[in-house]
Amino acid sequence: MTTTAPPAPRTARLAPARAERVTNRRSERFACGVLMGPFFVLFVAVFLIPVATVVWLSFFSDDQPGLGFGPESSVFVGLRSYIAVLSDPTFLGGLGTVVLYCLIYIPLMVVGALALALLLDSGVVRLRAWAQLVLFLPHAVPGIIAAIIWLYLYTPGLSPVVELLGKADITVDFLGVHAVLPSMVNIALWSNLGYNMVIFYAALQAVPREVLEAAVIDGAGPVRTALRIKTPLVRPSIVMVAMFTLIWALQLFTEPMLLSQSTPMISSRFSPSMYIYDAAFTRNNYGLAAAASVILLLCTIALSYGVTRWSNRGGNREEANR
Amino acid sequence: MTVTDAPAALRPRLLGRTTVNVVVAVAVLYTLLPVLWLVLAASKDRDALFGSEVLSLSDFSFAQNLRDLFGMDGGIYGRWYANSLLYAVLGAAISALVSVGCGYAFDKYRFRHKEKLFGLLLAAVMVPQTVLALPLYLIASGTGLVNTFWSVFIPVLFNPFGVYLGRIFSQGYVPNEVLEAARMDGASELKTYVRVSLRMMGPGLVTIFLFQLTAIWNNFFLPMVMLSDQKLYPVSLGLYTWNSSATVSPEYYPVVIMGSLLAVLPLIVAFVLLQRFWRSGLTAGAVK
Repeated sequence: MTTTAPPAPRTARLAPARAERVTNRRSERFACGVLMGPFFVLFVAVFLIPVATVVWLSFFSDDQPGLGFGPESSVFVGLRSYIAVLSDPTFLGGLGTVVLYCLIYIPLMVVGALALALLLDSGVVRLRAWAQLVLFLPHAVPGIIAAIIWLYLYTPGLSPVVELLGKADITVDFLGVHAVLPSMVNIALWSNLGYNMVIFYAALQAVPREVLEAAVIDGAGPVRTALRIKTPLVRPSIVMVAMFTLIWALQLFTEPMLLSQSTPMISSRFSPSMYIYDAAFTRNNYGLAAAASVILLLCTIALSYGVTRWSNRGGNREEANR
Repeated sequence: MTVTDAPAALRPRLLGRTTVNVVVAVAVLYTLLPVLWLVLAASKDRDALFGSEVLSLSDFSFAQNLRDLFGMDGGIYGRWYANSLLYAVLGAAISALVSVGCGYAFDKYRFRHKEKLFGLLLAAVMVPQTVLALPLYLIASGTGLVNTFWSVFIPVLFNPFGVYLGRIFSQGYVPNEVLEAARMDGASELKTYVRVSLRMMGPGLVTIFLFQLTAIWNNFFLPMVMLSDQKLYPVSLGLYTWNSSATVSPEYYPVVIMGSLLAVLPLIVAFVLLQRFWRSGLTAGAVK
């Protein structure tokens, strides 16, 4: 009885008749189905089936039958699409670009957001609630609009920034070959810094007061407390933010897509996501696009797993040190 | 190590305070100035915009730009805006209810393979949108839904992270004793959910709604793949096409700027009005 009983054992104990218990269980099962049903319909329709489709597609190719007569037919081509994608220098270049982008963006984001949260948590910031709200503001600006704003701020003639720098005899081509990646990092940083700061700040608020008081009694200064006490305590949030930032960064699409309208430095296969779009909807090569999608998916899963493992190892080391 | 850290403890408090406030002020300016530029630029006509006279308050043509925006291309911007509101508000509302219901069921009911199922669902958070776009397009074109309202509306209802949050909120806000009491009173499970539990989870529901509202308002890749009819575009995709026209015909620049400004407003209003709720919601998501 205990193993199959509904969640509240106390109910079961109090219910006098066995028949009633059965009715309860049935009605609970019914309620559970009604509450979960809609979500799982969506789960199957817009997640499981698409994932299965993309994997299936990556092993097939639309081959024109001889002379181009008759209907197209899908033929099994095994790993041909994967080999084509992995030997395509534009795809590998895009992957390299995104890895470089992540290497610049993620450390800046995590350190920046955490530093701001620690500063706000230090208790000496004036107008703290207002500062927080303003820093959070870009989260309400859609990605494409953030990209438009910054694109115009990068464009000579439109931008007061370029003009001000010009007056100081500094010419920066924000959309030039070397600057275009940092320019994109800046857009992403501007958009998400405040949001992640709020997450860190919330986690910092949950740090027990006794721990901080103990640190003060032990003679730790504010900086030391922040780095040695508070930071390790919000480690789960750091991992979560790093992971979500990574997943989003690997999908890099909106910013380069918009900037590509204004600079020749961004090709139509600049990032893996743009490669997928280009392969599927410009070249109509679904097999190739599907293989590239699966590779991107595997990279995302592998890297996320890596982040989790790395954070666990770090956590264990900390345990051992204690 | 003690040598580098010691001055921090001994540092005059005033200097420390000033440094902290200056750093935060710089971050605030970095955040605010681009938005301020957008507001100022929206009030300029095209010549002033390219004359880089954005900071002067002469040639105030805010109203003119607004008229141009809603007159451009047969007033299609209004249409895009209405589409975005419909996709985002309705989509986020349905999505939040679906996710919270599912998260609540995960928390309060026991069934076989529950944790495995939950793990699978969390794994879905990791799958990039761009990976799902091609198969979703092929499915939509197979069922004749491509280039319709539904092709953009249905996929955004799926929010596995919302279920995760819903489960946490259910744990935090709805004590099991309340459900037991309701069961003792003979209320049916679903009635209890609607009348009691859902109300107790109100702040959580609002948080999930806001997250999804932002996500749908931001949505760009999926509409770009699915839609070819400009009348169905959301604002994001519309502004993207106008921006590409602007590189050829500069009369589009002022309307893109004004259009961007208007497109930012609903989310800012929503976030400021509902501050109380999402702040507590973020805490729940972060501490777990």
